[in-house]
Amino acid sequence: MKGTIHIKQELCKGCSLCMEFCPKGSISLSKKLNLKGYFLAEFDDKKGCTGCATCALMCPEIAIEVYRG
Amino acid sequence: MKKINSRPASLKEAPFHYCPGCGHSIVHRLVAEVIDEMKLREKSICSLGVGCAVVAYKYFDVDTVEAPHGRAAAVATGIKRVRPENIVFTYQGDGDLAAIGTAETLHAANRGELITVIFINNAVYGMTGGQMAPTSLVGQKTTTSPAGRNPLKEGYPLKFSEVLALLGGSSYLERVAVNNPANIRKAKKAIAKAFQHQKKKSGFSVVEILSPCPTNWRMSSVESCRWIDEVMTKVYPLGVIKEKKC
Repeated sequence: MKGTIHIKQELCKGCSLCMEFCPKGSISLSKKLNLKGYFLAEFDDKKGCTGCATCALMCPEIAIEVYRG
Repeated sequence: MKKINSRPASLKEAPFHYCPGCGHSIVHRLVAEVIDEMKLREKSICSLGVGCAVVAYKYFDVDTVEAPHGRAAAVATGIKRVRPENIVFTYQGDGDLAAIGTAETLHAANRGELITVIFINNAVYGMTGGQMAPTSLVGQKTTTSPAGRNPLKEGYPLKFSEVLALLGGSSYLERVAVNNPANIRKAKKAIAKAFQHQKKKSGFSVVEILSPCPTNWRMSSVESCRWIDEVMTKVYPLGVIKEKKC
């Protein structure tokens, strides 16, 4: 795996922009709620991540941290 | 593994209050990144308009002044004339800039004030609940035009950047959008260029940013990004509208 992301649960508002633009389709909307009552985006590392940071570029809330290795 | 992105230093830690999928938060990040990269944090002063971004002083870690409704360009004019060494920018929405602030913005541009205007165009009054703005599109349904905007009664969408381009004092005008990764990168470049024009004292600079407003457009975030591409950019074409050599 080339990259991975960490989604800050308390900042995510479940807007789905990261899911729409992830080239690997690795992010999906979970059924978990955060304290604000939004459904959270969830990263699935089985589908892979290239560390392209497109999700972080799109995320309005700056909730996504991207790691590349 | 190495972390490759981080929150810009010019943004405070406060979580944004904007709706899910709002373009304001993206533009806040871009402006903060440009301020960081150009090392303007100690030199910038922001004049804020009224609208959803009225509390942007909670987010930008630069000096800010809250201007009366529509008068951000007038307040910025005063600040820039007293403190010419500072980078002064306004952050205004379309209801603020293109409706109540028409006169102030137009005359600031005509005088060629050395300020930068970050103009968020989402074609509605966002903060007050999605009423029709001068920038609303023909046929667009809003809370005050439930049957769609009728140009015979309510006029046509106001292309404010094109109006400003006609004036001698304006130096750099570009329209960008924040609806997909490529456009976001272009938007950041445009903001940086506008600040460069101000630094080189070439005149009034404006970056108009087409920004999604999913809540008031009654769409999902993804649908509103598509709507910008398919509908809004047909009326408000993206690209450089005017650029003086500087």
